Amino acid sequence: MKIHLWLNEREITREIDADLPLLEFVRSEGCYSVKRGCETSNCGLCTVWMDGRPVLSCSVLTARAEGTHITTLEGVRERAEAFGAFLAKQGGEQCGFCNPGFIMNVLAMEDELTNPSDEDIREYLAGNLCRCSGYESQMRAIKEYLRSRKDELPLNGETE
Amino acid sequence: MKYVNAPVIKKDAMALVTGQPVYMDDLAPKNCLIVKVLRSPHAHALIREIRTDSAEKVEGIACILTYRDVPKRRFTMAGQTYPEPSPYDRYILEQRVRFVGDPVAIVAGETEKAVDLALKRIKVTYEVLDAVLDFHTAMDNPVLVHPEEDWQSLCPVGADNKRNLCASGSEGEGDVEAVLADCEIRMDEVYHVKAVQQSMMETFRTCTYLDTYGRINVLSSTQIPFHVRRIVANALDIPKSKVRVIKPRIGGGFGAKQTVVTEIYPAIVTLKTGKPAKMIYTREESMIASSPRHEMEVRVRLGANRDGCIRAIEVHTLSNTGAYGEHGPTTVGLSGHKSIPMYRTEAFRFQYEVVYTNRMSAGAYRGYGATQGIFAVESTVNKLAAKLGMDPVALRRMNIIHEGDIMPAYYGETASSCHLEQCLNRAAAMIGWEEKGLRTVMPDGKIRGRGVAMAMQGSAISNCDVGSVTVKLSDEGTYNIIVGCTDMGTGCDTIIAQFAADVLETSIDNIAVYGVDTDTSPYDSGSYASSTTYLTGMAAVRACEQLKERILALAADKMQREASELCFDGEKVFDEKDGAQMSLFDIATASMCNNEISLEVTYSHSSPVSPPPFMAACAEVEIDPETGAVELLDYTACVDCGTVVNTNLARVQTEGGLLQGIGMTLYEDIWYNEKGKNLSNSFLQYKIPSRLDAGKIRVEFDSSYESTGPFGAKSIGEVVINTPAPAITNAIYQAVGVWIDELPATPEKILRGMKVI
Repeated sequence: MKIHLWLNEREITREIDADLPLLEFVRSEGCYSVKRGCETSNCGLCTVWMDGRPVLSCSVLTARAEGTHITTLEGVRERAEAFGAFLAKQGGEQCGFCNPGFIMNVLAMEDELTNPSDEDIREYLAGNLCRCSGYESQMRAIKEYLRSRKDELPLNGETE
Repeated sequence: MKYVNAPVIKKDAMALVTGQPVYMDDLAPKNCLIVKVLRSPHAHALIREIRTDSAEKVEGIACILTYRDVPKRRFTMAGQTYPEPSPYDRYILEQRVRFVGDPVAIVAGETEKAVDLALKRIKVTYEVLDAVLDFHTAMDNPVLVHPEEDWQSLCPVGADNKRNLCASGSEGEGDVEAVLADCEIRMDEVYHVKAVQQSMMETFRTCTYLDTYGRINVLSSTQIPFHVRRIVANALDIPKSKVRVIKPRIGGGFGAKQTVVTEIYPAIVTLKTGKPAKMIYTREESMIASSPRHEMEVRVRLGANRDGCIRAIEVHTLSNTGAYGEHGPTTVGLSGHKSIPMYRTEAFRFQYEVVYTNRMSAGAYRGYGATQGIFAVESTVNKLAAKLGMDPVALRRMNIIHEGDIMPAYYGETASSCHLEQCLNRAAAMIGWEEKGLRTVMPDGKIRGRGVAMAMQGSAISNCDVGSVTVKLSDEGTYNIIVGCTDMGTGCDTIIAQFAADVLETSIDNIAVYGVDTDTSPYDSGSYASSTTYLTGMAAVRACEQLKERILALAADKMQREASELCFDGEKVFDEKDGAQMSLFDIATASMCNNEISLEVTYSHSSPVSPPPFMAACAEVEIDPETGAVELLDYTACVDCGTVVNTNLARVQTEGGLLQGIGMTLYEDIWYNEKGKNLSNSFLQYKIPSRLDAGKIRVEFDSSYESTGPFGAKSIGEVVINTPAPAITNAIYQAVGVWIDELPATPEKILRGMKVI
């Protein structure tokens, strides 16, 4: 079947199999940041945005992306670098495999929530598993990042 | 010191946080054949007939292999130094299948759909055999998991395949029975630690292809590139020179990837077809046919006086290695070697049997047997405290080892660096041990309890592991470092560079690190056994010291002076007497023109000792006595890993290891049905902690100085997983009076213990 969509603001039309998951599609288009960690929608690694809202691309058929704007980490590089600097400053990126999906959700949270509490943050990101970090360093990075955004400090991770 | 003991950002950090294509499947050739295996539905069976003709007709299928098509040469998948203690008990495919999930056929095709269809079309007739599913009944069971005559044990580990025995042994010092008989208090306790999964986010995966020279190149997510080279060659029965292994960034390992789980399948496909091939494990495969922790039953007998003086400890471990013996003979050793030595005793004994069963093979998981043994010994010490009415922290203060003590149960090594008591005191102070007491009933009826535990591990395998570093001076005074140790997110590429930068007195940004490629990296055993910082780190220090001497020698030659008259400050070589100097830039340039002094050094390092890192931790839980639900409110830990090399990465290692330990204590469970099928085969059933389950983890360090380690460092990677099980179950006991001796500590077990259900 034919599909027409915007991938990281690039308009594309492709011939695809009807059962192709969005995850496989975006990887086939060179968006290698998108990872698969499970087959059961549990890990959050494959998170991308569909029209600005986070979705699990392993569980969305490409056909459903018809006419939508799909965004992967490659499409928000500047913001990824900005938050990523805070994560790296904590050593919280670790193996990195969960980072892209996690960061997509952190940025979506930043757009969606105002002044989130620790509990809000945990709730919002509950679907993003990480096996390396124990989550504490990620939490420190998120809080420092949000604080810096609020204070409009430069986006280089240097807050102290 | 400029970089050591600082929060240095990982060298690969920005690539990882921006999602660069640096992992195996991002880098694999795009025309790889997709490789999958057909798996046995039976725990134990013989293949009587296998028909692949219909499957081969599926369009796009490149090859289908059965037991008839593989070399008849047994090997082990365990990533260990040759000769491996793990028995040679596998073929790539075999007529006998030994667990539900054991590979029956290998299928490779151009598309995943074609492969899936072909898998369905393979017709297998099995002769189903009785299976050994309960590891208590495995030894001397009439059903043999490995009856074959060509089964081979390369090392004297007490193995006997005709008894379902993968390893056995006994050691000790002093007369344990006599001391126990003389003790006023005798404990005899049995604990059951089930297998748990490493659950790294990147599942097992490998791609293989032929290079210009016709050699098999293996691009694999592995912790052990050099062992992979040997194992793949053994499995395929080809010369080692025909195999090259490359490790890209890997998405976590935790020991799982110290076993060759996927490598051999695409490798044999590439060997047979000449085509690139890749195998990407599904999460389900990673759950049912991988390399989880060894299930162990640990019996602890402990004798003490009424005043709390512990006089004898005996540990007897029964370990379940499953269908194959990967890491079976070695993991069991740590259950005694890393638990008993924390206490000063008059006598100890450690006995063990490792048995084959028709379960999936076990492997290496962070802690590597120490986790199981420490849960048992630390829980028994906590029970002793309860029996004596003593504070478990105070009881430990009476009995633990201190710096300078000899550890008879740890190969007779001396605790040359040990801040165990300081760690114990600090962890207790952090949680408010004295002020809060052991138990608090809250106004809402919930009950809080507090528990404690300690842990140790090793730093590399003494007299065995090799860590190597190559360092060279390159254009304009920059450095290249090439390593064979495998950064798996732990940050060892960065830590090696930190050591090098401080020795060479240069900026860490002036050092490029590369690893791992078995064709170009210096030999390294790999990243396991908590070896990298301690062992490869020391190799880095020594290599850089030697490179400095070479730099001085070359400068002396060019400056026409004696090297002994010259100094190096990282930027230039100079003569203090008259101020004559030659910059590093010029030395590097000079090395590339009319020169016979190589500015490249490879240093290999092994250690006669394996200095233990130590730690102590306290847990505070709140239990709802009506539901048995456990909430972990606070977890404090203090670690002595010697010098903390990277303050960020050490903290994150600790936090991450603790949460894995918390997961295995409270949630994670592998369970099978009565026919031996693993039902915990996805993240829906096998629950690793999410950030909602993470409690408050607080970490501090109290560093001793290990003189045999680089800049005084010991290891940290594994010790951090060992305290949660005994500390949390101790806290549960303090709250509701129930000892959980079989993990995980579920609400159901707590309520049963409370006789509520």
